[in-house]
Amino acid sequence: MLEGKNLACVRGERTLFDHLNFTLNAGELLLVQGANGSGKTSLLRTVCGLLTPEFGEILWDGEKIGAVREDYQAAMVFLGHAPAVKDDLTAFENLDFSCRLAGIEASREDVKGALGHFGLGHCLELPAKSLSQGQRRRVALARLLLAKAKLWILDEPLVALDQAALHLVQTLIGDHLQSGGMALLTTHQMVSIPGIEPRVLQLTP
Amino acid sequence: MTMPQTLIALLRRELTLAMRRRGDVLTILFFFVIVASLFPLGVGPDPKVLRLMGGGVVWVAALLAAMLSLGRLFANDYADGTLEQLILTPTPPVVWILCKIIAHWLVSGVPLILMAPVLGVQFGLPADALWVLVFSLLLGTPVLSLIGAIGAALTLGLRGGGVLVSLLVLPLYIPVLIFGAGAVDSTISGLGAEAHLSLLGGILILAFMLTPWAVAAALRISIE
Repeated sequence: MLEGKNLACVRGERTLFDHLNFTLNAGELLLVQGANGSGKTSLLRTVCGLLTPEFGEILWDGEKIGAVREDYQAAMVFLGHAPAVKDDLTAFENLDFSCRLAGIEASREDVKGALGHFGLGHCLELPAKSLSQGQRRRVALARLLLAKAKLWILDEPLVALDQAALHLVQTLIGDHLQSGGMALLTTHQMVSIPGIEPRVLQLTP
Repeated sequence: MTMPQTLIALLRRELTLAMRRRGDVLTILFFFVIVASLFPLGVGPDPKVLRLMGGGVVWVAALLAAMLSLGRLFANDYADGTLEQLILTPTPPVVWILCKIIAHWLVSGVPLILMAPVLGVQFGLPADALWVLVFSLLLGTPVLSLIGAIGAALTLGLRGGGVLVSLLVLPLYIPVLIFGAGAVDSTISGLGAEAHLSLLGGILILAFMLTPWAVAAALRISIE
């Protein structure tokens, strides 16, 4: 279970949000919504531990995330705005290395399979600089298939994707929730996942 | 998956990236050669003067070349989001930071060490001084990468970071320069280089143990 208690975030002189509370249980989806600049990305970065909250705390199974850092980070996968895809590596190498760095066990076939699932089977050996924006995004998203993480924190996962990929990602999130996972995501698009009623966390600037 | 496997993967990734961008590595190496070659043109061809200066000139050129290569250390990873992902791995930051610095040294420090004897010959350094030059660079260039990493981490995402890095890092390089060039000098004057080299070794051990912590703290600040 993930809990945010009385969170406040200050960037520069501006308070983005304060007294923010949320809980996220297994099988639940929490959508963070709000206008541009309302602090959605800051909230997600705070939750995954990249930002220290100005006030309040984040609890993972009742423990502060700072105290159980290794367990928490092994149980979580974060996809940010930047896809963390290297121009000079091929699509295969990108996914393969990012899995190894995150400590995800995946064989060559698993990696190829994940890229194939996202429609990149024909460009495994192409350097990422020749991929389109949407294809890079797909390389990053393919990690979700391999990571056996319980908590997904996704910052605008649906940006730059075509209809097919949108459907794919939403199905993926649905399956993840069905199998007891949890997801926290920001999006400006409509999310429709069959059988799942997302809860909405509205941030007001 | 265990930590050593993660680190081997990181090392392999860094080296693969460097191989794909060989131009960057060669630029630094040529910069090193050119800076060292400018001095004889500036001070004149007197062999006695050149022999005296040789060690110091090669060392200053190595310092500048090492500084030039710092931009590559974290900036690309920061821009494309890889750095965030690294911070979020279960591996402790100090460990992967050290691994990245070692990769950086293999790519930007080792070529300088291999090229240094050629430059030394150009300055007419005697054979024993050439060996000491190589050995002092072997001890000194890792320190340049280690200390430089602090500057590179602190200036991430800043405009004009490149100039700022040199202001931050060059003063910290001074002890390395003094003992490195001093080792070569004292060999030429017949005093023996042991004292200088032991001090360089001491600096290396100290830097190896302490700088990763400073880099980890600096990266935390930069990523916020």
